[in-house]
Amino acid sequence: MWLFNSSVGKKLVMSITGLALILFLTFHMSMNCVALFSAEGYRFICEFLGANWYAIVGTIGLALLMVIHFVYALWLTLTNQKARGNQRYAVTARPKGVEFASRNMFVLGLIVVLGLTLHLFNFWAKMQLVELGGGVPGDGVDLIRFTFSKWYFVLLYLVWLGALWFHLTHGFWSAIQTIGWSNTKWFVRWKWIGYICVTLLILGFVGVLVSYFCYETFHWTFLSSLFGGLAQ
Amino acid sequence: MDKNISFTLRVWRQRGPKEKGEFKQYYMEDIPGDTSFLEMLDILNEKLINRNEEPIVFDHDCREGICGMCSLYINGHPHGPATGATTCQIYMRRFQDGDTITVEPWRSAGFPVIRDLMVDRRAFDKIMAAGGYVSVNTGGVPDANAIPIPKKAADEAMDAAACIGCGACVAACKNGSAMLFVSAKVSQLALLPQGKVEAKRRVKAMLAKMDELGFGACTNTRACEAECPKCVSISNIARLNRQFIGAKLSD
Ligand code: HEM
Ligand code: SF4
Ligand code: FES
Repeated sequence: MWLFNSSVGKKLVMSITGLALILFLTFHMSMNCVALFSAEGYRFICEFLGANWYAIVGTIGLALLMVIHFVYALWLTLTNQKARGNQRYAVTARPKGVEFASRNMFVLGLIVVLGLTLHLFNFWAKMQLVELGGGVPGDGVDLIRFTFSKWYFVLLYLVWLGALWFHLTHGFWSAIQTIGWSNTKWFVRWKWIGYICVTLLILGFVGVLVSYFCYETFHWTFLSSLFGGLAQ
Repeated sequence: MDKNISFTLRVWRQRGPKEKGEFKQYYMEDIPGDTSFLEMLDILNEKLINRNEEPIVFDHDCREGICGMCSLYINGHPHGPATGATTCQIYMRRFQDGDTITVEPWRSAGFPVIRDLMVDRRAFDKIMAAGGYVSVNTGGVPDANAIPIPKKAADEAMDAAACIGCGACVAACKNGSAMLFVSAKVSQLALLPQGKVEAKRRVKAMLAKMDELGFGACTNTRACEAECPKCVSISNIARLNRQFIGAKLSD
C-alpha cells in the first residue's frame, strides 16, 4: 500500500493529518476567544461539548490524528537520518531560503507534544475525563482563571505556542506542497497565507492567555473592559 | 589581473569505500585568482605526484558546467560558495588570502565514497533506467513543427531539463533525498506531449526506484534548490507529488 511504503505516500499522510490538526486548532481557538467576551458563553460551550457522544467521537478522532502524525513523523525522521548516512559534514552552512523550522520539525513537534501533555493535565483531565468517570466536571472559566494566574504555566504555554508557530508556519505550505497544489506562483502565495493564518491562530491563543494573566495578576481591567466579558 | 592568494586546504582523504577517512591539510602558495578551483587541485596534485604522494581523487569532465561530474562540497556548500554554478565554474578569486578552505565529498548514504572526493552516483543512472525516457517507435524523423507545444510548457520543460544530474541536491539535503533530481527528470518529459503518454508509469517507477535505493523523503527544507547549480525549482517537486498521488489514486 503506497501510503505505507512510498516516500510521497508517507508524506501525504503527514500532510493530511497535519492539515486536519490545523483545522481543529482553528475551531479550538475560536471557542477560546469566546472566553474573552463572555464567561457565560464560554461555560455554555464547555457544557455543550462536555462528555457528549459527539465530543467523545471528536476526542478519539483527534487522538488518532495525533498518534498517526507522531508515528509517521518518527518513522520518516528515522529513515531520513539513515538516508543521510553516518558520515556528517565537518562544515555546514544554512543556505539562503531555508527556514529554521523546516530543519527542526521533529524537535518542534516534540515540544508540541510536551505542551499538549501539560494542557491535557490542566484542562482535559479536570473536565471531560472527570465527567466520563461520572463526576462533576470543573468549571471552564475557573480553570482558565486558575491556570493562567500562575506565571510558570503562562510561560510554559507561551513556549509551547511559540514552537507551534514555528511548526505550523513551515507545516502549512509544506503540507500543500506535499499534496502537490503548488507551483512557482502559488508557492509564494501559500507561504504568505500560511504565515498570516498561523500568526492569527497563535495570537488568538496568546490573547486569551495574556488577558487572563494580566487580569488575575495585575487586576488590569483595561483588557477586560476592552473585551467586555472577562471572568464574569 | 586578479591578485594571488595563499591559503590552507583541508581535504578529505579516504582510500576506499570501507576505509576510515580523515582530513589532510595542504598549504597553497601564490595561487592566481583566475585559477579555477579544479585547476588549483591540479596544481596540488602535480606537487603531490612530484613528492611521490598519492594525488587527490576527484570527479570532473567537461569543466564548463554541463556534464555534472564535478562534485565538491566546499566550505559547507555543494559546488562551493557561488549560486547557479558548478564546482568547475568556481574561481579562486572568491576566496581570501589566509583562508582555510574545507573540501569534502558528497555525503549521503545513497552516494558512497569511492575514494577521496569521488562518490558513486550510479544510483541516479538506476533511477533514470527505471523510467526517465520516452519509448519511441523508430521511423522517419518527424517535422519539428508537427506537434505544437505551448511556450510556457516548453520553457518549464527546458528549465527542468537543465538538471545535469550532479547530485548536489542530495548532498545538500538533510534527509538525503533525491526529490529535486527525480522531479526534474519527471517534469522535463511530463510537460511535453511526447512524454505525457507514459507519465503515470514513469512517475511511479522512478519514485519507487528512488525509495528502493534508500534516498530519504522530502521535508521541503529547500536546501536543494538553493544549492542546485542549475537553479532547478522545487515547483518540480510539487509536480512530482501531484502526478504520483494522481497516478496512485487512478490505479
Ligand atoms: C497540533 C499539533 C500539530 C499540527 C497542527 C501539526 C501540523 C503539521 C503540518 C501541517 C505538517 C506539514 C506536513 C507536510 O510537510 O507535508 C507537519 C509536519 C511534521 N510534523 Fe507536525 N503537527 C503537529 C504536531 C506534531 C507532533 C506532535 C510531531 C512529533 C514530534 C510533529 C512532527 C512533524 C514532523 C517531523 C513533520 C515533518 C516535516 C515535513 O515533512 O515537512 N508534528 N505537521
Ligand atoms: S536538480 Fe540540480 S542539484 Fe540536483 S542533480 Fe540536477 S542539477 Fe544537480
Ligand atoms: S566538470 Fe562538467 S560540470 Fe563541472
